[in-house]
Amino acid sequence: MTVLVPTSLDEAIAGLAANGGATLLAGGTDLMVEVNEGHRHFPWPDDGATIIALHRVPELATWTYDVPAATVVLGAGVTWATIEQPPLRDLVPALAEAARTVGSPQIRNAGTVGGNLATCSPAGDGLPVLAALDADVTLLSAGGRRTMPVRDFMLGVKRTALQPGELIESITVPVLQGWQGYSKVGVRNAMVIATASACVATDVPSRSIRIALGSVAPTVVRCPVAEQFAVERVDWDALTVDAGDAVEFGRLAAAASRPIDDHRSSAEYRRHAVAVMAQRLLQRAFPGGER
Amino acid sequence: MSAVDTGTRTRDVLGASALRPDGIAKVQGTFQFSSDLGGDGVLWGATLRSPHPHARIIRIDVSPAWKIAGVESVITADDVPGQMTYGLIDQDQPVFASDVVRFVGEPIAAVAADHPETCRRALAAIVVEYEVLEPVLDPEAVVAGTAPAIHPNGNVLRHQRILHGDPSVTGDIVVEATYDIGMQDQAFLGLEAALAIPDPGGGGVELHIATQWLHEDRKQIADCLGMAPEQVRLVLAGVGGAFGAREDISLQVHTCLLALRLGRPVRMHYSRAESFLGHVHRHPATIWMRHHATAAGEIVKVEARFVFDGGAYASTSSAVLLNAITHTQGPYRCPNAVVDGWAVRTNHLPCGAMRGFGVVQACFAHESQLDKLAEACGLDPVEIRVRNVMHTGDRMITGQVMQNVAPIERCLRETAALPFPDEPVGGHDGDVMRLPGGAGRTADVGHVYRGIGYAAAMKNLMYSEGFDDYSTARCRLADGVVTLKFATAEVGQGFVTLAPQIARDVLGVDEVVLDRIDTGVGSAGSSSASRQTWMSGGAVNAACIAVRDRLFEHVAARHGVEAASLRIDGIEIVDESGALRLSVADASAGVEFDETREYHHPPTEDLDENGQGNCHTAFAFVAHRAVVDVDPDLGLVKVVQVATAQDVGRVLNPLSVVGQVEGGIAQGLGLAVMEEIVQIDGRIRNASFTDYLLPTMLDMPPVVMSFVEEPEPLAPLGAKGVGEPPTISSTPAIVAAIRDALRQAGREPRLDRVPVRPIDIIGVHERPRT
Amino acid sequence: MSEHYTLHVNGVERAVQDAWVGENLLYVLRERLGLMAAKGACEQGECGSCSVLVGGNLVCSCLVLAASAVGEPIVTVEGLAPPGAPSDVQQAFVDCGAVQCGFCTPGLIIAAHDLLDRTPEPTEMQIREELSGNVCRCTGYGRIIEAVQQVAVARRTADAGAAS
Repeated sequence: MTVLVPTSLDEAIAGLAANGGATLLAGGTDLMVEVNEGHRHFPWPDDGATIIALHRVPELATWTYDVPAATVVLGAGVTWATIEQPPLRDLVPALAEAARTVGSPQIRNAGTVGGNLATCSPAGDGLPVLAALDADVTLLSAGGRRTMPVRDFMLGVKRTALQPGELIESITVPVLQGWQGYSKVGVRNAMVIATASACVATDVPSRSIRIALGSVAPTVVRCPVAEQFAVERVDWDALTVDAGDAVEFGRLAAAASRPIDDHRSSAEYRRHAVAVMAQRLLQRAFPGGER
Repeated sequence: MSAVDTGTRTRDVLGASALRPDGIAKVQGTFQFSSDLGGDGVLWGATLRSPHPHARIIRIDVSPAWKIAGVESVITADDVPGQMTYGLIDQDQPVFASDVVRFVGEPIAAVAADHPETCRRALAAIVVEYEVLEPVLDPEAVVAGTAPAIHPNGNVLRHQRILHGDPSVTGDIVVEATYDIGMQDQAFLGLEAALAIPDPGGGGVELHIATQWLHEDRKQIADCLGMAPEQVRLVLAGVGGAFGAREDISLQVHTCLLALRLGRPVRMHYSRAESFLGHVHRHPATIWMRHHATAAGEIVKVEARFVFDGGAYASTSSAVLLNAITHTQGPYRCPNAVVDGWAVRTNHLPCGAMRGFGVVQACFAHESQLDKLAEACGLDPVEIRVRNVMHTGDRMITGQVMQNVAPIERCLRETAALPFPDEPVGGHDGDVMRLPGGAGRTADVGHVYRGIGYAAAMKNLMYSEGFDDYSTARCRLADGVVTLKFATAEVGQGFVTLAPQIARDVLGVDEVVLDRIDTGVGSAGSSSASRQTWMSGGAVNAACIAVRDRLFEHVAARHGVEAASLRIDGIEIVDESGALRLSVADASAGVEFDETREYHHPPTEDLDENGQGNCHTAFAFVAHRAVVDVDPDLGLVKVVQVATAQDVGRVLNPLSVVGQVEGGIAQGLGLAVMEEIVQIDGRIRNASFTDYLLPTMLDMPPVVMSFVEEPEPLAPLGAKGVGEPPTISSTPAIVAAIRDALRQAGREPRLDRVPVRPIDIIGVHERPRT
Repeated sequence: MSEHYTLHVNGVERAVQDAWVGENLLYVLRERLGLMAAKGACEQGECGSCSVLVGGNLVCSCLVLAASAVGEPIVTVEGLAPPGAPSDVQQAFVDCGAVQCGFCTPGLIIAAHDLLDRTPEPTEMQIREELSGNVCRCTGYGRIIEAVQQVAVARRTADAGAAS
């Protein structure tokens, strides 16, 4: 048997320990595209490699709200369809907004937040949100558990810190107190890969503003200069921002991007788009200022 | 939908919204598409394709493929027993490349094996050694004569001028621009698929195939197989859409060759990525136009230059170019014209037929020009068009006189009178999906501007330039039941719905059986050029009338009345006096009448060297109005509504016409704002539905429509073809609406290419002009 | 080709023998189990033609590794209604002109059933969003939306009748 379908986390870990080179399969929405295109060949006709399908591991498919810690712990197998709806939508609205832009309803029923991280595409819709929210990812293997910031987990285009024998167990997402939102440009009004994307998240008590950009660099980009600028310019009592400052915020965010030209768009447009999105997101976060 | 009543049905005769006879099978998934055919023991076929746009083949070694378990056959050009090349007009495309490859995706070899994955591995094992050559990718270099010939037939597929009237005339007002149209894909959902079953002994083959024209396929296949046409029998398998992409053959010869070689059934299915390489596309084009008009906005001359990139092989490029240049004027009077048109060969993907067939490109240019003219004259977009509309009896720039009903002004006026959307920008419910950017939440209502645009089009119907694209139908009446036989390809358009309606109307029966669609009857011509309602409808009508005449003679003889006094009334036969009245079922009891008829349209002729001649058969007209919401800062567009009034002659099935109109507009919308095959250095970069974007339900707006019904005297049923016009002027109407929105935002939009990309709207990255 | 497993399809246990591990559910349904209603048109989850229900969720069967779908109920269009006795959604598609070439139709039928089961009275925008993963190249979608709305109204009327 070369396809394992574990029904518990222990079983999954044991299977992974016994098959060091196993391919992990979550929702299949990335991996199966490669299989169908012939880009990923399974052994043929003899057996030998192992696929571990994770969709029936209940521990991975659940999430919890840790109220004292003010975090949501998402099992890696939580689907976008779940994230898109209440109650998660109310706890992490920006992630829910990103979820609503992932593929089609069919894709959102299958695709998972853990799979999004594991694939680590520059255009992964959930990734800017996780980066902006300073989420952590917990990796599990027979040897134990380790946790790291999502931003450290993402190493490059489709490269992550996941080691052989490890799986993504969960993602811990802080629940902030302040406006947060996601924006994504694509040439179609649904079912489209991000040409460029941005997430702005705010935490009013800590006077924190974060912005992360997608599809404009090998991995998600945070923009500390823009963030610092916004923190200083926002009127934290009135929760407003001047229009001119919002424009500057967009310019600073775009300056942190490192986009490329490809068949989907040009670097120039991507840089322009993240500036506009960043500006608009900041104005949504602090709507009182003059437009 | 408004102003269209699909009505209640009593009998499914002409004019009723009869339902598809294949509808239940299609919704239940039991309808057999070409990709559903197979069965135990049927081998899979697959095709090896060139990775280079231009290369010399040094060596092909297929022996590694033979060593893979499960591989049953490997064939190359050496295994083609008949003609080595094929093509609709010029036979210039190799069945398999053997010396030179001319586009990325050109077939080189084919394999048959027990499993698709075995095929994939076998293809990967074949060794082909290439000497990579410099590709010819710039059509202008071909026009200038500076590109080396990449085919023995040369690189100019057609050069045609039109000189009409006085070329020295000038206007008070002159507007000009150069327009670019991107390469669009037909993107039918039902991928290319076929099942070939060899006759015992190999004396022939039966091919189950999704195609637009069974008999033309058969001719080309037989030539390449070295067989007589009668040895090759084609059966129409379920067709999952066509839109022009099934006019040229693709996997037909390969599948038959493998089956004949093995003496076993073989099926071949293309993947989506392969489909982008395996069929022709809409021509990318560059069109320069200069219109001269009086100060009052009356067009006095048009000058134009067309350059169509035909890609590596001829396909129908010469006919597409003809269509484009002869529609330079659009549905408008134009006494003087100077037009120069080129269709050239390059190492891009081959181009040929797609819904609209050259007129789409011309229309985007002439309608953009009409808007420029309107602005220059201070007229609104409807008024400038109405002021110039062509009428029946007007002479076109080819010298041909418009013989058809031409209710262009009605199309424009009725389009303009259709209701506007009642939702403001963003809608009453505030659903983010109503804004440009949709779920991406890119815009707030305050960022968005609404624009309105108009366009109109003329489209030729049927084939042109002397081609006798006749259609054949056979009608058999026995015991009150009619059986119809024809080779008309049902590609989704609904001829299988219409044909029984005609029979019911003519013969007064209710039960109509459709025989299998295959080559067991004469040719029906192609399901393209908006022609089957007119042509195959005409043939079915003629065959039914012939049967009715014989039935009347039979009744007349039996009942002692004059055959000429009889007519059909509902499901009965009555005579003039009213004395005789009997049901068709009774009248036809125990007898059988069987008649086959061909329908031919009036002959057409070639253009002369100055582009003069009666080259087209007939014309239809349409107008579109688009309402769009635009985010000028991000360059994103949401089409809010499309309104249209279309010249249909006579509505034979309202529901079918609505479907053609809405579906055609969706393809026009696709070309306007998202659909384009991107080739860089001769390589396609978006051969997938992830990157070649089709309009979804969130991109396609509601359509409001009005049918302009003025029965066409020259059409056998009074009806004009309705398939193509919706696709043609919807594109420029949407682009005009985007320009209008941008003007309201204080921008100076040019938008002289489609699809309109975000970068075009925000005004960065504009193409330098020389 | 040595995979053996059992799938639970339309209420029936179906054995799959000697399969290749890389086969997706769409291939297995069509080529090994003879259930041809689901169609393949993109192999990437971008068209919805292959939609089926797995474990009650609407998914693209081309993106489901068949051997991983063991132990979960799978419903295809063949499982919605017996041949010749179309469901209300199926009949409405025919009546409303929502079918042309019909290649996208089975996927849309199952998606529309799923939508109406979860959201009995969808707004037009909900219909558009929920069915946006099902691409149709022929119809321009207008008649499809009409068909879904017609079923919603008919079901509500039937429910009201049953309640009174």
